[in-house]
Amino acid sequence: MVAAAGVRLAKLSHQFRLRGAALPVLDTIDLAAAPGEFVALLGPSGCGKSTLLRLIAGLERPHAGRVLMSERSVEKPDPSRILVFQDPTLYPWRTVRQNVALGLETRGLIRTQGGRIDAILRLVGLDGFDNAFPHQLSGGMAQRAALARALVNEPSVLLMDEPLANLDSMTRLSMQAELMALWQRERFTAFLVTHDVEEALYLAERVVVLSRRPARIVAELAVDLPYPRHRGSERFVELRHCILEQLGLQVDW
Amino acid sequence: MPTGAIQATGEDVADSVRATRRPIWWCGGVAAVAWLAAAAVTNGWPDDGDLGPTGRLAGCMAVIGLLLLAMTLTSRYFALPRLFRTGPWLVALALLFGTWELVSAKLNLLPRPFFAAPQSLLEVYIDDWPRLIESVAHSLMLLVTGYAVGAVLGFISGVAIGWSRAVGYWMHPLLRFVGPLPATAWLPLAFFVLPSSWTAGVFLIALATGFPVTVLTWSGVASVNAAYYDVARTLGASQRFLILRVAIPAAMPSVFVGLFMGLGGSFAVLVVAEMVGVKAGLGWYLSWAQGWAAYSNMYAALIVMALMCSGLISVLFHLRDRLLNWQKGLLRW
Ligand SMILES: Nc1ncnc2c1ncn2[C@@H]1O[C@H](COP(=O)(O)OP(=O)(O)OP(=O)(O)O)[C@@H](O)[C@H]1O
Ligand SMILES: [Mg+2]
Repeated sequence: MVAAAGVRLAKLSHQFRLRGAALPVLDTIDLAAAPGEFVALLGPSGCGKSTLLRLIAGLERPHAGRVLMSERSVEKPDPSRILVFQDPTLYPWRTVRQNVALGLETRGLIRTQGGRIDAILRLVGLDGFDNAFPHQLSGGMAQRAALARALVNEPSVLLMDEPLANLDSMTRLSMQAELMALWQRERFTAFLVTHDVEEALYLAERVVVLSRRPARIVAELAVDLPYPRHRGSERFVELRHCILEQLGLQVDW
Repeated sequence: MPTGAIQATGEDVADSVRATRRPIWWCGGVAAVAWLAAAAVTNGWPDDGDLGPTGRLAGCMAVIGLLLLAMTLTSRYFALPRLFRTGPWLVALALLFGTWELVSAKLNLLPRPFFAAPQSLLEVYIDDWPRLIESVAHSLMLLVTGYAVGAVLGFISGVAIGWSRAVGYWMHPLLRFVGPLPATAWLPLAFFVLPSSWTAGVFLIALATGFPVTVLTWSGVASVNAAYYDVARTLGASQRFLILRVAIPAAMPSVFVGLFMGLGGSFAVLVVAEMVGVKAGLGWYLSWAQGWAAYSNMYAALIVMALMCSGLISVLFHLRDRLLNWQKGLLRW
């Protein structure tokens, strides 16, 4: 059990420099997640979702505004907030087990808590592959290994950037259920970036829809459905249509 | 299931056949005949002049031929796959030695003494082996010391330049200015300034090794995927961890390219240094042989040197294969 922490984004803006010109990416984002809340972020490609997660992780300093965790300003990365990257970026020179052990190693916990690795590998369905090198994994397996590398650290804030995007639909459904169970057990604060509206609705307590770049919040929906949710339920379908509309899709099918 | 059962029995049958009756190593038979023929020619056809222990040479060839014959005859029961794969080479070598023996010793078609006959080389190995061994030992000592110094210093400075902006600022111009200078250009200065010719040799070899190792370590560290650092940083890695556990392992393939280039360069410098200043080693042996117009000795030393250099390269390849076993598609040496 981890102590979940609230995250607040206060008038957060960010921009990059691209060939000398400013490229605004985030535009005064105000968003608060209560401790243990599950927030999904939806938005068009290239709008700044990954950038937003990098700012929350502390990998980048915001151009304006602040990121706060438990009401303290986020200055640098910390293992209490872990980011699951859009690319798995496993270290090719380490086996799956050694990759998953990375966070325990950096914090000097490998001796005392190394046993957790086996449980996590089983959870993501990679038991038996612990001595494989990343180039011997499929795309989906690599993504699951990256998820395991984050989960083994029991973060109080888990930032996930399309963690299930490369999985086949069957594995994705079961990983969604696993993620759900894990979150209900551990109650970390979760941010999930996804392109899959159903996934957002299945997992999140709140869905935030972002606009095109520079990203602003165009809608926030509380998903008032009890867990575990059923994808076919009337309310579920209704919410899905509502979100697709916010994303600018015609919903006449 | 029926198909599975059929497959299983099929494999079983194939297995048992393979266990009792292996194919005969025909290529070995051909090689045996070729070596025995070469031995017969060497022994039976009189030499054109007194060239060396022709009988012993023929004896060696015959022993090789008989060994190959024995292995061919037993190849159904004892398979030596690694040796058996070299079959065509064994045939080619027999033909090569036979031809060499013919055109040099028997027919005297190649101008002597610039081209030596096989028995002359054999004579050198029989008579002069203590000096050859000593030369190899000297060369190895000098080479390994100089290479180790150059590789370690090059690696450290490469990591420092790649990692630290300040070190890069000061080292980069220096490296660009001095690095491309061939190490042999320092030769006169080194032998003059340094206390002994041996330390001068170490210095020159270290220089020849250090430059490529530095540059390739640096480029390896500088081109590490930035996302690797992001991953480690979100997991709470310290600077030390980022250097030792992320930057260096990620740069290792590039470091090895530098180590290979450095090894090649160090061979060249070794020979020159031994010919010019260091009065020992294979390079010295070569120039000594040249001074006495002892061409057989020169060929003998060249072969030994080729074996030494190729052995060292193999050692480096083995080291790389062990350290970089995570890479796919490695070149096999
Ligand atoms: N380091 C950078 N330098 C300059 N521009 C950047 C940088 N990183 C991202 N960008 C730009 O910022 C914008 C948002 O990028 P981001 O990766 O956050 O998008 P995204 O919403 O995650 O997209 P996707 O859904 O396709 O992953 C893009 O237009 C991109 O070109
Ligand atoms: Mg993204």
